[in-house]
Amino acid sequence: MENIVVRKTITPGQILYRVINYGGLALLILWGMLGIPYKGIMATAEGTIASLLSGIVHPDMSYLSNMTIDGLPYAILETIAIAISGTFVSAVISIPFALLASQNIVGQRVSLVGKFIITLIRTFPELILALIFISVVGPGAPAGILALGIHSIGMLGKLFSEAIESMDMGVKEALESCGGSSMEVLFRAVLPQVSPELISYTLYRFEINMRAASTLGLVGAGGIGAPLIFAIRTRAWPRAMIIVMVLVLTVSIIDMISSRIRKGLV
Amino acid sequence: MDKIVVPKPRNLRRNAVVLSVVFLIVGSAVFAGFNPIEIIENFSKGKRLLGRMFLPPDWSYSAKVISPLLETIRMAIVGTFWGALTALPVAVLAAGNFLKNPWISKPVRLILNVFRTIPAMVLASLFVAVYGIGPFSGVVALSIFTFGLISKLTYESIEAIDFGQVEALMSLGADKPNILRYAIMPQILPQFMSYTLYGFEVNVRAAAVLGYVGAGGIGQTFEHNLAWRNFDRVGVIIVISFVVVLIIDFVSSHIRKRLV
Repeated sequence: MENIVVRKTITPGQILYRVINYGGLALLILWGMLGIPYKGIMATAEGTIASLLSGIVHPDMSYLSNMTIDGLPYAILETIAIAISGTFVSAVISIPFALLASQNIVGQRVSLVGKFIITLIRTFPELILALIFISVVGPGAPAGILALGIHSIGMLGKLFSEAIESMDMGVKEALESCGGSSMEVLFRAVLPQVSPELISYTLYRFEINMRAASTLGLVGAGGIGAPLIFAIRTRAWPRAMIIVMVLVLTVSIIDMISSRIRKGLV
Repeated sequence: MDKIVVPKPRNLRRNAVVLSVVFLIVGSAVFAGFNPIEIIENFSKGKRLLGRMFLPPDWSYSAKVISPLLETIRMAIVGTFWGALTALPVAVLAAGNFLKNPWISKPVRLILNVFRTIPAMVLASLFVAVYGIGPFSGVVALSIFTFGLISKLTYESIEAIDFGQVEALMSLGADKPNILRYAIMPQILPQFMSYTLYGFEVNVRAAAVLGYVGAGGIGQTFEHNLAWRNFDRVGVIIVISFVVVLIIDFVSSHIRKRLV
């Protein structure tokens, strides 16, 4: 039996298009690689890796069982608290932003402005927000909460407005034709309809914020980040490793619970 | 005319859920010492800092921002490249519907999960201890971070492909590599490219802050100036990198829309 061969015909124009695309991409990657000098590993690297591995085998259990304010359980709880509060703050603020960005609520022109504002917020790094808020409220968990609360608007506002834009407009029109005020329309037609999606997105953002909250401590905005970075910088590997392990475990458990709830919602 | 009143059903379970969620939110706010009144009272301090940063920023410094910014973009490109390259084969292993062997896909997924839970910042500071201060450590951290991100998204798309094409090839007696090449890859490649671009966007933002722990890029310049309290220069760095990130996001999301 002969093989069936299907030949593709490619025009010269298509070849040129591909060469430009793939060649450009390859050049870009090459340009990137040439700019990253490899200076070899540190002279101390072997020792570092060895003590890192021994840190994995013998993590600092006394830190885990330290129930005071300096212990690991407190830092993890604080991280979770920052993530929860930050997510809650941003979910509440995101609703007006989302309404402002929804075409079917405020019209085409205003919604473009709203969408642009949300994009601006999304692009602004949360670590820098955290630094700004530290100067406002001082170092500590509240600065982290504010940073997460503002930064998350960028994502939640976008997802919320997409949910609002794809809702069934019949309910809204029914209320309006009965003479419902705009507040009544919002609370009795718009929000009840989109609330399962809103809650689901909020939970998803909570999972992301849990990860973000664990790095915010780096700049002094509370949570597990500060002790972790301090342990890594002072090469206290047994302590760093117990923090990483507990962090990975906590984040995984929260992910699991949250994604299970989300599956039940939508 | 009488009003029509629809009585709400009493729902114990719903109320319990609402109550516990409220308790969780209030509890964490109290635990973290979050006091909105205090924050509003402190707002004038923040205004002063913003004034020192942006009114006006030290524009003469902008020439010195360009080269670390290019380094940041380079880090993001190279990190995305290695991450995406390694993610594709691993995603195939992690997808439950190709090998159909839970003994491979389940452990691979578990490892991917662990990768995704370690923040890029922590990875970077670990690699700074091994490779020293500089962009190389940042690239290694970004590669691993991207690998975790893209492989998860890709294996989920592999599981969601149209299985008809696979079955068509199977009924012709094709083996696994051929099924992969002619039925699975063509279906997921556009999505994979789109995830790679998305990873690139995330990486540009991540690379911009990685320097804070010494892993190269604009973050390092940022940290220096912040430590020296040169707030007007910090303002320039924020403004310029913000604009660059915005442009990259815009271009990349435009391409992504065309891909999928």
